[in-house]
Amino acid sequence: MAATEGIKQHHSTWSPYDNNGGTCIAIAGSNYCVIAADTRMSTGYSILTRDYSKICNLADKCVMASSGFQADVKALQKNLSARHLIYQHQHNKQMSCPAMAQLLSNTLYYKRFFPYYSFNVLGGLDNEGKGCVFTYDAVGSYERVGYGAQGTGGTLMMPVLDNQLKSPSPLLLPAQDATTPLSESEAVDLVKDVFASAAERDIYTGDGLEIVVVNAEGVKREFLELRRD
Amino acid sequence: MANTAIELPPKGGFSFDLCRRNEMLAKKGVQSPSFRKTGTTIVGLVFQDGVILGADTRATEGPIVCDKNCEKIHYMAPNIYCCGAGTAADTEAVTDMVSSQLELHRYATGRESRVVTALTLLKSHLYSYQGHVSAALVLGGVDCTGPHLHTIYPHGSTDTLPFATMGSGSLAAMAMFESRYREGMTREEGIKLVCQAICSGIFNDLGSGSNVDVCVITKGQKEYLRNYELPNPRTYVSSKGYSFAKGHTEVLSTKITPLKEHVKIIEGDAMEE
Repeated sequence: MAATEGIKQHHSTWSPYDNNGGTCIAIAGSNYCVIAADTRMSTGYSILTRDYSKICNLADKCVMASSGFQADVKALQKNLSARHLIYQHQHNKQMSCPAMAQLLSNTLYYKRFFPYYSFNVLGGLDNEGKGCVFTYDAVGSYERVGYGAQGTGGTLMMPVLDNQLKSPSPLLLPAQDATTPLSESEAVDLVKDVFASAAERDIYTGDGLEIVVVNAEGVKREFLELRRD
Repeated sequence: MANTAIELPPKGGFSFDLCRRNEMLAKKGVQSPSFRKTGTTIVGLVFQDGVILGADTRATEGPIVCDKNCEKIHYMAPNIYCCGAGTAADTEAVTDMVSSQLELHRYATGRESRVVTALTLLKSHLYSYQGHVSAALVLGGVDCTGPHLHTIYPHGSTDTLPFATMGSGSLAAMAMFESRYREGMTREEGIKLVCQAICSGIFNDLGSGSNVDVCVITKGQKEYLRNYELPNPRTYVSSKGYSFAKGHTEVLSTKITPLKEHVKIIEGDAMEE
């Protein structure tokens, strides 16, 4: 009797998930896309590593940044990379960013009742060469937006992005262009500033900032130090 | 008879009037508000002529930093200070209460306060509340019997130690003390080690952060070194700054209500009696 009670209790408290913290954002411009994430990975009050990349190149012009549970994120990235390899063999081309966005949504919803605990933003260039950003929840609801922020510092950054990059409502007819009027260097400057600010107030954001810029010339990477406390 | 108990004047101490109501609300699924916990690194050590206390300056509410430069080294008496970790309100209230009792005791006796007096007052208060007053303290001072350093746990147990750490960063800080502490350190060596211990907490514990506060207490004097080290400057400031042009927030409707004087003051006779 006591033994079965023990098992029952164990079952009710067992949780397969952890939250490793971190923040990811992406901004779409007229001919570029900026994707950025901090490089801290933590659990509880401990830092696991100060140099962990949350950003994954899924295709030539398609980059995903993910916070949440990094074990699930790794599994998700492997899954998407494998699916992209099959796509390349079948179609002899790279997957477009909007196609990858739909694939990511399907992959997340496939695990609707045992989700990947990951909060993603996908950024890149669409078929016309314009910047595009897609934001997701953990079970695959997604939307094309002008900018997005996810993770522990996402709620701190979003109002600043709203103020600086205010985009038209997606319900407007005819559809308005959601990309920001900012230049590439202005957008990168804004990203650095919002991350420095979020690192001041969010204990899970810090150590370093990895910025990826996608434009017609290709993919550029940049790194900035953040607070380490 | 039961009514007479209600008529008694308030005696002081905590009010438990709302406990039953809150229990009822909790059963209905109402969540009680959160406390400001100072996820903290606090330390202290005894050196050749006194005691050095140290603390970080971050206060958190869950994952958010709510104060980037708070004070965690509290005044107890001119020769006694106390570092606090746990619920900020509890550490502040409990140190203020005991410091007031110590002051009255000094007026009554005309002598300098002793560290053991503060220790006993603190531990008996914490014990009587059975751990519900969540204050974890590092108490240090120099009195007529020499330098003293104590730790006090929320349930009221105490230790007497040559070096001590408390709070969520206590393990990180203790790692520095265990590897580098010696008996009879000089003032400079002591301050350096305290800073290293606090920095270890600041950088390796997410509950601790920002700056280092230090307090050096020696026979007959003390030195409160607020923000002795500032190891976490902002790493990036936007070069262009921000402008908030008029019209950034959409105006949906406007209504102007002019302020008029509605109250009339009438001169009259002074009130009788």
